[in-house]
Amino acid sequence: MSQKPSKGIPSPRDSRRDFLKQSAVLTGIALTPKAAITAAENQWDEKLADAIEKIPLNIEINGIQKSLSVEPRVTLLDLLREQLNLTGTKKGCDYGQCGACTVHVNGKRVLSCLTLAVMHDGEKVTTIEGLAKGDELHPMQEAFIKHDGFQCGYCTSGQIMSAVACIREGHAGSETEIREFMSGNLCRCGAYPNIVDAIVEVKKQGKNI
Amino acid sequence: MENFFDKVAGEPIDRVDGRMKVTGKAKYAAEYELPDMAYAVLVSSSIAKGTIRRVDAKAALRAPGVLAVISHENSIKVPAHADNEHPTEPPTGGQPFRAFYNNKVYFNGQPVAVVVADTYERARHAAMLVQVEYDKEKHTTSFEENIGSARIPSQVKKNPKSSLADYDRGEVDGYKKAPVVVEAEYLLPNEMHNPMELQAITAHWTADDKLTVYDKVQGTKPTQAAFAKEWKLPVQNVKVIAEFVGGAFGNGLHQWPHETAAIIAAKMVKRPVKLMLTREQMFYMVGYRPRTWQKVAIGANPDGKIVGIRHEAIGQTSSYEDFTESVLQQTRMMYTSPNVSTRYRLLPLDVSTPIWMRGPGEATGAFALESAMDELAFKLNIDPIQLRLINHTDVDPDNGLPWSTKYLKECIQLGAEKIGWSNRSMKPGGRRSGEWLVGYGMGVGCFGAHRGAAAVRARLMANGTLQFQSAVTDIGPGTGTAMVQIASGQIGISPDKITFQLGNSDFPQAPNQGGSATVATVGSAVVAACNVLKEKLLGMAASAEKRFTDVKMEDVLFSSGQISLKNSPSVGVAYTDILKKENLPEIDIIQDSKPGTEGSKYSKYSFSVHFAEVHVHALTGRVKVNKVVSCADAGTIVNKKTAGNQIIGGVAGGIGMALQEDAVMDHRFGRYITKDFAEYHIPVHADVPHVDVIFIDKPDYIIDPMGTKGLGEIAIIGVAPAIANAIFNASGKRIRELPITVDKLV
Ligand code: FES
Ligand code: FES
Repeated sequence: MSQKPSKGIPSPRDSRRDFLKQSAVLTGIALTPKAAITAAENQWDEKLADAIEKIPLNIEINGIQKSLSVEPRVTLLDLLREQLNLTGTKKGCDYGQCGACTVHVNGKRVLSCLTLAVMHDGEKVTTIEGLAKGDELHPMQEAFIKHDGFQCGYCTSGQIMSAVACIREGHAGSETEIREFMSGNLCRCGAYPNIVDAIVEVKKQGKNI
Repeated sequence: MENFFDKVAGEPIDRVDGRMKVTGKAKYAAEYELPDMAYAVLVSSSIAKGTIRRVDAKAALRAPGVLAVISHENSIKVPAHADNEHPTEPPTGGQPFRAFYNNKVYFNGQPVAVVVADTYERARHAAMLVQVEYDKEKHTTSFEENIGSARIPSQVKKNPKSSLADYDRGEVDGYKKAPVVVEAEYLLPNEMHNPMELQAITAHWTADDKLTVYDKVQGTKPTQAAFAKEWKLPVQNVKVIAEFVGGAFGNGLHQWPHETAAIIAAKMVKRPVKLMLTREQMFYMVGYRPRTWQKVAIGANPDGKIVGIRHEAIGQTSSYEDFTESVLQQTRMMYTSPNVSTRYRLLPLDVSTPIWMRGPGEATGAFALESAMDELAFKLNIDPIQLRLINHTDVDPDNGLPWSTKYLKECIQLGAEKIGWSNRSMKPGGRRSGEWLVGYGMGVGCFGAHRGAAAVRARLMANGTLQFQSAVTDIGPGTGTAMVQIASGQIGISPDKITFQLGNSDFPQAPNQGGSATVATVGSAVVAACNVLKEKLLGMAASAEKRFTDVKMEDVLFSSGQISLKNSPSVGVAYTDILKKENLPEIDIIQDSKPGTEGSKYSKYSFSVHFAEVHVHALTGRVKVNKVVSCADAGTIVNKKTAGNQIIGGVAGGIGMALQEDAVMDHRFGRYITKDFAEYHIPVHADVPHVDVIFIDKPDYIIDPMGTKGLGEIAIIGVAPAIANAIFNASGKRIRELPITVDKLV
């Protein structure tokens, strides 16, 4: 980050205009007849864009405070997966329709594909990687293994994060209620009944999860 | 002789990779971190047929972070593509669409360019800036309007003996002579596999002629072979990694354009490239269950004995590739009918190529056949179970061979008891629960029990652990777990000391995970490897314990990590002691295994029966599947927990098929209007009831040494007709076009 021009955060409109001007000049040079590939000569372009288009973000993820600089258009999901290598949170649709990307923000379940990372400045995010205490699995993780609440495992992180929240919200009173309040988490492998069994068991244990 | 079945079969042990999956540590195709990774986003065609006049990449190239915009105009050529000019008539399948090969557009949503940038957001944005101009041609995407153009599959033209060829047993259309005839048409829509993991690939040229891909595929070796062929590389120069696969259901059994696009891109920008499709793109280029029209006619005597069946099917395919599946086989072998005629045709349209989707053609065919059987039972006023039993056959009427094993009658009996079939009213609409009409239905499924060739590497270590490697993938059934259990039973080492690594083409040969054949195929190799290890251990045992001198295999037991004498069990020697005595750090073998010829004397199938209790709301037509009982004759069950889960998953898939799934195309454009989960409905938690799973659990040693027969397909085959039949029983409405949505019931 230190190579960046340190002019603070410029006002978006001006800088955008500067950037475009600059960038048009640069690409004008780079656009040789073989122009299909601009390759990496345009490093200036990227650096400028970085400086202009990113904003600071302070966010706690799985108990670790992070000071980041991200583009406003980056979703929380893509931040986790592509920039922080926290790939336990899954992308199944990117439209808020499948639940694979469910994380906890300040303890509540949130679809991380449907929210921009910069909207969570100062907040606490827990992902599937942060659910266990070291080697000791969270009771919901244990129950998923015991009841075989998954097959391919791709929806599993989202199911588990949602399941924990479902109990916390007080929506795990009966199997029917669980089914209703877990219906935003799709499982194409169809392990639903086993997931419900896992949630029922954890709920019965009555632990503070 | 003692065998696997007697020892450990069925133990419901936890999945060996369960911890990886519940902690988010399992890595899928788009989750590998490589140095200097670039991101690719596809630009899809907006017309269904024509040619690309121009790709205007100027604005995209000017956008920050963009490394390349690649289309047919500037793409490097994939070496093998030119060898494969599309002939006027599509080939017999297996000729995938060639990304960026020329300016032709074969289907809407076809990748016409790929944008590569240093971040995902930049690639996505730049992809929106690419302008493509087309010369449009009139496209043909409507199945109904073009059904007259259906033709014989190319494969049949080449080989008239193909199982897809016209088939007549006994008299052609012998059903017509029967006193009672039912005849009806059935229609299945296009259905999308839609695994939760979006199709993704990370392509990395580690050298000019060396390619590594992390890919969402069902076979690492078949994919390795395909890419090696495409790029004209020695096979060992291509490495395919698929350690975890987030569901596939068949759509990882073929090469798709996005894979080639990513590989081209990685080569051109000289960086590893990651490409993940969007959910919408998943509808266009990674296969689907093809729309299929069927007509079934059954003729029977008043006592229920079937006289003849005719079953016709027309399935959709693309204009550039024949896709065929086995829709009609069940009709030839399930019931003892002296006269059977089947006809299979393909209808090429300006769409992308379908691919096998769970239970594939058999599930499609079973919907029509098992619905027609229900219609016949109703017409004859015979209980549908009775009708199946009357027409039960103990030899395969298709080829006259005996079954390797068949416990279908037992399945029917056990399932009927469990669902409470005796509560079923013979008269439709005869049972009510408040505002709901209650109905019961059943459907039979079967699928060929296949076993292929495979090899495994096995290393017995000095510390007593056993490590396996196989190129096979696990798309969800729990392959590693099953293999560990098989090995444990075979060599007497506890499961926690055995590991099974998979999903890497560097490991020994295994076919695609598909066709319910993985356990039979790879499990047999595990058994063979264990047997070799046992021989080696026994051969060396005397050095650690004299009383094993000249002892034969049949005189010893292998359990708890040691060999002992059968007739004096206190005399034993641990495997670890044998290795120590021999000064061996490990025994390392690669063992292959393939089926013998014995199997050709039998007809080999897994069978299932699904029972459904549904409630249909009398006023609104809303359908609730209240209860499902599935009983499977799938040979030995290796792990009751994971196998039960597979059946549950198949039932969930069948509920989707019966009630929800429908990819609807707007034929003005050849585009799907149902292109995400808001529009294309798949079952959610609230749609799937408790499923009672019953296993016959009797071994079939004709297929393989474990006695397994395969489970994945029969889990779904027969579910949709069971539900449709239950809806008829509840409401008196016979719906022959899936999915059965409320509009069809009110
Ligand atoms: S990826 Fe967020 S809901 Fe599907
Ligand atoms: S476990 Fe595969 S999608 Fe749920």
